[in-house]
Amino acid sequence: MNTATSTERAAAAAETIVIRGRCVVPGMAEGEALVTTQPISGWGGVDPRNGTVIETRHELRGLSFAGKVLVFPGAKGSSGWSAQFHVARLMGTAPAAWLFNQMTTKVALGTVVSHAPAMTDFDRDPLTLIRTGDWVKVDADNGVVTITRRFERG
Amino acid sequence: MRLTDEEKAMRDGRDGAAVAKAMDLLVRYGEALGAEALVETRNVCGTVSATTPFLRDFALQKGGLDAVFSEFNLDSQDVVATPKVKAFSSHLQLGFDPHHPKEMGVSEEIVQFYKRSEAAAAKMGVQILNTCTPYQVGNVPTRGEHLAWMESSAVVYANSALGARTNTEGRESTSCAMLTCRIPDWGFHRDEGRRGTLGVHMDIPVESVEDWGLFGYWMGDWVQERVPVITGVGQVPNLPKLKHFGAAASSSGGVEMYHLVGVTPEANTAQQAFGGNRAGETRHYGARERAATLERINANGTDRKVDYVMLGCPHYTIEQIWEAAQLLEGRKVHADSALWIFTPRAIKEIANRNGYTQIIEAAGGKLMTDSCSAMSRAVPPGTQVVALDSAKQAHYLPAILGLQAWFGTTAQCIDAACTGQWNAA
Repeated sequence: MNTATSTERAAAAAETIVIRGRCVVPGMAEGEALVTTQPISGWGGVDPRNGTVIETRHELRGLSFAGKVLVFPGAKGSSGWSAQFHVARLMGTAPAAWLFNQMTTKVALGTVVSHAPAMTDFDRDPLTLIRTGDWVKVDADNGVVTITRRFERG
Repeated sequence: MRLTDEEKAMRDGRDGAAVAKAMDLLVRYGEALGAEALVETRNVCGTVSATTPFLRDFALQKGGLDAVFSEFNLDSQDVVATPKVKAFSSHLQLGFDPHHPKEMGVSEEIVQFYKRSEAAAAKMGVQILNTCTPYQVGNVPTRGEHLAWMESSAVVYANSALGARTNTEGRESTSCAMLTCRIPDWGFHRDEGRRGTLGVHMDIPVESVEDWGLFGYWMGDWVQERVPVITGVGQVPNLPKLKHFGAAASSSGGVEMYHLVGVTPEANTAQQAFGGNRAGETRHYGARERAATLERINANGTDRKVDYVMLGCPHYTIEQIWEAAQLLEGRKVHADSALWIFTPRAIKEIANRNGYTQIIEAAGGKLMTDSCSAMSRAVPPGTQVVALDSAKQAHYLPAILGLQAWFGTTAQCIDAACTGQWNAA
């Protein structure tokens, strides 16, 4: 039957990948991935009023991270990093969870005050494994990230 | 994380609710970093003031300035009474200049709200320096001194030019350090975190303030948050040059420390600066890199009619104000342009005594304090095109306010203010 076939197809497409890492901020959350290979600037790099990246030459410029699982190399720029994402939490525009590779004080403090689960030090690189649009479950308490591929035709 | 008995007592409430909240945040933050302990600090630079309508509304709805301090400085949803600070604490720059609210489009109501906030900060024992350059006005750390400083351009200056030890802290961590004299012992507090990991060689002379900004902007983009060891230094740079260099490098990248071999305190030799590390890679800065960087900073400048010239990022030194005053003397700012120069309050006092403020004002410019256009999001009405002598400001203003920006020397900027045109290449 058609239904069975499409279910099978969906199951095959819904490939899941599990990676492990270290807990930065405890908690569990899930959402759609937003992936960038470019570091993120806080103050002057994002607008917490609408949860978008505003940095002039950034590949995510104009895109929203609100409620997304933000997958990025790390933080750069001004020390206003934490304050921007602190305000974003209060305005409801912060990411649902954070996955990053490079630990800095900016990203540590910013993710802590966002109160959203965060992880780093992965066994496999999330920047190459996760694609924008994938569904990602972050279980920071147990150090587990589960990635479900977005269904792609063809 | 390992805590001492003293730290445990603070965490458990011996010194009151605010100190307990501060220790709680420092522990969560230290664990996020993977730090094993806290380190003692008695020199903190941060921000506790409230200058925005968002914070005014938050104060009105949630319980006054104590609620603002609890949420935005201690990450505490419980409102706790704000105590006096334990550490020597300096206030950084603000969201506007309280002496020029009209020019910055700030309402009288917000000025009054800020004045209450400034009085509360002073009552806590925070020194009202109100600058991104505390090292200019009474807070010059010594080599090896542990700090908890916010403001990326001040951090890179303290670590690199002065040999003090600080990470780039944020609003919440600096406030917690003010109350506890503690900060996570991680990164630049530790010898291993300060050693160079890659090399940069200057193939061309880097001499003017503009040269140092371009070099910093190029370098930051490549090294990001790593620690470069720089060789080939010719003329020894002074404070304004290193101030601009570090600010630029911490804007295009996340540079918190560099070593200038033969100049900075932990780099008598390249070998000392690397401290046993091997240079991962060495890149050369030459005429081609300089030209490409200038082009990149000026990439969004197309219209040559300049509406506004902003100088003083990071806050101008008295030497830079002297230079600007000499360039301006006997000239007038063009009717269709404006000139704002930013400096710490204490340095404006010297500029007043030396007659520089009068020269700037007679030409139609303004000498302002406490803030800058990027911090305040304030520019003269109708501004579309701005000229700047700071690579950092040229990096941030187009993103924050959607302006076109031209970057050049101080002389080119003063010329743009007086002719209303960007005439440099």
